[in-house]
Amino acid sequence: MHIMDILQNSIRAGATEISLEIREDTLLNLLRFNISDNGCGMAPDVLKKVTDPFFTTRTTRKVGLGLSLLRQNAERSNGSLKIDSETGKGTVVEACFEYNHIDRPVLGDIAGTVLLTLTAHPEIQFRYLHNRNGRSFELSTIALKDALCGIPINEPALYPTLLQMVKENLKDIDVN
Amino acid sequence: MEKIKSLADLRKMQDDLRAKISLREKSNEPDKRIQVKVAMATCGIASGAKEVMEAFIEEFTKRNIDAVVTQTGCMGYCYAEPTVEITKPGVEPITFGYVDVKKASKIIDKYILNNELVDGIIPVNYHSIDN
Ligand SMILES: Nc1ncnc2c1ncn2[C@@H]1O[C@H](COP(=O)(O)OP(=O)(O)OP(=O)(O)O)[C@@H](O)[C@H]1O
Ligand code: FES
Ligand SMILES: [Mg+2]
Repeated sequence: MHIMDILQNSIRAGATEISLEIREDTLLNLLRFNISDNGCGMAPDVLKKVTDPFFTTRTTRKVGLGLSLLRQNAERSNGSLKIDSETGKGTVVEACFEYNHIDRPVLGDIAGTVLLTLTAHPEIQFRYLHNRNGRSFELSTIALKDALCGIPINEPALYPTLLQMVKENLKDIDVN
Repeated sequence: MEKIKSLADLRKMQDDLRAKISLREKSNEPDKRIQVKVAMATCGIASGAKEVMEAFIEEFTKRNIDAVVTQTGCMGYCYAEPTVEITKPGVEPITFGYVDVKKASKIIDKYILNNELVDGIIPVNYHSIDN
């Protein structure tokens, strides 16, 4: 779904810290995720227009799709999108969906999404928390670097091991 | 391979990992890594950039090729997404367009391992190939 895309916005905003939290609550019929960063942030006028598909600060292309698509999909599944941002401080994007809604985008391969983002940008402090019905799994750049004692986290030979580890842990909390 | 369930397990198997890596580093010069950048704007992601990125990592691991795979944002070639920029040590970067999982493996076989070109090179970079 949209997570990879919204994470890329944070990276493009020059964030050095990014946090992703996903919360699934099947009893409350709710799925929400929250991505916060300490990137360049957006000025109020940009923020107002940001989910307009014909708005983008890109110079290479006329439309920006990421946030407007996300808003559309969230609203279509009885949810909402909230964006808080302040220039120079950072941005928080929070999307909320009705869990069982037929139009809710699927989470997809969240393990891959998280690991690709984390390993492709070793310089960014990335934090991931996934909670499903009260049980959670957490992974962060700091903890990973610490466990690896100097092996680079973007080492391709490491990737399958990491992916398997994250998948196992997510399976334990019944994600996917 | 034993199952790695936690960061503690990972810490324990470090020596194995390190052995694997240093073996390779001895056969290559460490600062001469191949760099692969996958464009990850909305358009790239929508056309399969994530799968392409995974395919590169998987192939490099399987074939024990010393390379780093990273992401970039928009490279401005929406029409040709997913696009991948490959930098071989000492050579100008080349950008390949319309990359899918199959083509990723072709790029590795032909360009990365044998210096042969593969179709779908984005023309702006074409002149910069020197062999
Ligand atoms: N985390 C963020 N920090 C600062 N600015 C942001 C952030 N996320 C979005 N923006 C601003 O909002 C604009 C719209 O974002 P959106 O994801 O919708 O489209 P885009 O990133 O421009 O293009 P696309 O996602 O289609 O590649 C961006 O161009 C950027 O200026
Ligand atoms: S937005 Fe498509 S390549 Fe830049
Ligand atoms: Mg975007």
